[in-house]
Amino acid sequence: MSDKEKLVLIGNGMAGVRTLEELLAVTSDKYEITVFGAEPYGNYNRILLSPVLAGEKTVDDIMLNSVQWYADNNITLHTGKKVVEVNRARREVIAEDGTTERYDRLLLATGSNPFIIPVPGSKLPGVVSFRDIYDVNAMLEASRTRKKAVVIGGGLLGLEAANGLLKQGMEVTVVHLLDTLMERQLDKPAAALLKISLEQRGLKFSMEAQTDSILGEERVRGVRFKDGSEVEADLVVMAVGIRPNIELAKKIGLHCERGIMVNDTMQTFDPRVYAVGECVQHRGDTYGLVAPLFEQAKVCANHLAGYGFALYKGSVTSTKLKVTGIDLFSAGEFLGGEGYEDIVYKDPGHGVYKKLVLKDNQIRGAVMYGETVDSSWYFQLLRDGTDVSELRDSLLFGQHHLGDSGHGGQNVAAKMADDAEVCGCNGVVKGNIVQAITSKGLFTLEEVRAHTKASASCGSCTGLVEQIIAATLGGDYSAAPKEKPLCACTEHTHDDVRKTIRGQHLTSIRAVMDFMEWRSTDGCHKCRPALNYYLISTWPDEVQDDYQSRFINERVHANIQKDGTYSVIPRMWGGLTTPDELRAIANVADKFKIPTVKVTGGQRIDLLGVKKDDLPKVWADLNAAGMVSGHAYGKSLRTVKTCVGSEWCRFGTQDSTGLGVKIEKMTWGSWTPHKFKVAVSGCPRNCAEATIKDFGVVCVDSGYELHVGGNGGVKVRATDLLCKVETEEEAMEYCAAFMQIYREEAHYLERTAPWIERVGLSYVKSRVVDDELGRKALQQRFLDSQQHAQVDPWAERAEKHVDAHEFVPIKQVG
Amino acid sequence: MTANTAVNEMDNEWLEVGRLEDIPRLGSRLVRTSKGDVAVFRTAGDEVFALNDRCPHKGGPLSQGIVFDHKVACPLHNWCIELQTGCAIAPDEGYTGTYPVNVENGVVFLKLED
Repeated sequence: MSDKEKLVLIGNGMAGVRTLEELLAVTSDKYEITVFGAEPYGNYNRILLSPVLAGEKTVDDIMLNSVQWYADNNITLHTGKKVVEVNRARREVIAEDGTTERYDRLLLATGSNPFIIPVPGSKLPGVVSFRDIYDVNAMLEASRTRKKAVVIGGGLLGLEAANGLLKQGMEVTVVHLLDTLMERQLDKPAAALLKISLEQRGLKFSMEAQTDSILGEERVRGVRFKDGSEVEADLVVMAVGIRPNIELAKKIGLHCERGIMVNDTMQTFDPRVYAVGECVQHRGDTYGLVAPLFEQAKVCANHLAGYGFALYKGSVTSTKLKVTGIDLFSAGEFLGGEGYEDIVYKDPGHGVYKKLVLKDNQIRGAVMYGETVDSSWYFQLLRDGTDVSELRDSLLFGQHHLGDSGHGGQNVAAKMADDAEVCGCNGVVKGNIVQAITSKGLFTLEEVRAHTKASASCGSCTGLVEQIIAATLGGDYSAAPKEKPLCACTEHTHDDVRKTIRGQHLTSIRAVMDFMEWRSTDGCHKCRPALNYYLISTWPDEVQDDYQSRFINERVHANIQKDGTYSVIPRMWGGLTTPDELRAIANVADKFKIPTVKVTGGQRIDLLGVKKDDLPKVWADLNAAGMVSGHAYGKSLRTVKTCVGSEWCRFGTQDSTGLGVKIEKMTWGSWTPHKFKVAVSGCPRNCAEATIKDFGVVCVDSGYELHVGGNGGVKVRATDLLCKVETEEEAMEYCAAFMQIYREEAHYLERTAPWIERVGLSYVKSRVVDDELGRKALQQRFLDSQQHAQVDPWAERAEKHVDAHEFVPIKQVG
Repeated sequence: MTANTAVNEMDNEWLEVGRLEDIPRLGSRLVRTSKGDVAVFRTAGDEVFALNDRCPHKGGPLSQGIVFDHKVACPLHNWCIELQTGCAIAPDEGYTGTYPVNVENGVVFLKLED
């Protein structure tokens, strides 16, 4: 006898099975699981029924969980058995054929039913809905022998059905009650473009037509409208909407309105009974798209597993139409209205229409037709409530206009050939990604990254990969919410972790993991370095730096190279060096047979190919000549690049070299969320390239322009102007304050550029420029922290033999 | 031939490599051998494992990686390798050699068999 609790799932569809998958991912042995499904299949991807109808995919292509999957996970599967009764007092589920299962927890995922308009003739043979494999088979069957189809309903589902039937060679008329197609997703201009485009493909439309009756005796032969007109039909598809399937829930006495009422933990009126998916009503809303169902599944699994901290707060949804060749996107409050502003781009000649609805400087809704390449970006801005006032001028031209190399033009993803390279880092072509999505049933960016490695390295192709996922999956792909957990070891986000470390005064990685109930015992290579950084940056005078949680470069204070040797870069303050330093570097290179000596982009000298055992000896020699670690390996201050400035240059306005040296002396040794680069240029010719640094100073005759958030890497981003100050002291003060707020608030491994894009320049200005007291406090905290940080790690290791075990083998044999 | 036989016999003996506390918890030390480097790992629970110090991906030195649970993340491209089996964790695929290890009275022994 098993002492596990019993979990019974009624409804073998996407929402229910996804909940089981989420549950198994966190705890595989808490429950003995039984599933009842009315259909005789495993779980298939209902949102891909349209491509099946259109002949672009087969039923096998869209299976998500085969019967084998249930066996592999020790799940008892009853297919083809409809549950007719639940005895909540005895905690028993009873199926039509008498099969009875006891439960400790019950999960209802009964989905929804298509709504059939109650007109005469609606039950005639040849009248179908568009909901499951049976319907698709019935339509495919009809398309082989019959000619004329009428689709009642000009919404998302109706148009997808109509397109599929058209592709199967039928003559199709779409009947719609209103004058706007897809009125729940589109405004009139977009709907009009859509209608033209569908008409060009051969669809016919009967708009503002109310169905009176369906004609026929033994089989359907036509549809009659209220105005007396008629249209011939051998097949009628009713696609006017869905209703949550609450028949069973009502019968067993659970509180229902339009759907089964659930709270934020997905529990029904009976706390032993959970419900997810299209059958539920949550905070007044019901959902018929896949992304919200998956969010619900995650929360439900969290509670079934006994963790009890996740909450479902409703979803913002977006729609795309899965009709090949038609690009359409809609999200949020796309109609706007009083108090809203519209930004509109309209080019009917090219079939392009884009509308963004704004309120309070945030995107609240969007409709796009003909060009949807930026839709996931807009949707992200919408969900995050990002302040778009800075972007407003170029917002409609899309993200590539802002210099995002992931978005190079019009609908790149759909037009790419299968052998075109998407991810240059990992050599992944489009075909690999599409194959992985369809064969492995992937839905999210994270899953695609794990299976294909696309966008898993530098991330610059993330936009493109998201487009490919969207193009492959159609409308129900939703960009991952930004509030992602820190890593797979926890549910908590970076911000949660930082707040908790500060609020609970936690001072060790162990304490954080225990307090926040980490799922894994030791954490992993992603969360441990992040936690270590958050701890040392929050409590610089208390926390013991945990070297085992640092990446190798920060453990041995040199950069690991592809062959396992290291590179060493001594600091050259502001890019200045001396003949003595250069001689010492030359001597070290000779003495330790260092194969490559290179000048870096940060104005210093890199010694490449140093054997690990030699590192302490190399450092001892460099230390002896007065040089210290350049931290070229760390998530820390790297260099302060300078030009020669007023000391020599005939154009120089200020002593940029001198200021650069002062800034480097102030900031060296500080640990930051990601690497941090500074530059000081002596005039607006900007020879030190200060406008692509994290913090850049451009000297002008009347003072110093301070620039922030630049990046010269994968995505080049020019800085934003923070402000202008008059003195060197002020420039130093602002620099320290800016670094400190970045240290305190950015996520680990987030450069200043994405951080500023996330929080907004106006926020940074409000903290660093407008709030003088706050700025001085930030500066003070930075300087306090530096007292613990400005210790040369090389000297510690070369002379005091700190971490000696890192540099010598434990044993040498043979 | 005789020399080779002698080496092979040696390979089948337990070789003392050092004390357990010489390896940092959630860390690794290197054993240099004539056949290549061997990484000896110590977990949080003081279990000890030994792997060929080459990641199956691009040959990265696993001894330099971050150790967690029974895994190590390669420092070059973050492939995760299981300490007991030497197998890469799915969806990556690959394998690196493992060696028997024994800890007696706080002393770590390693067997360098093929």
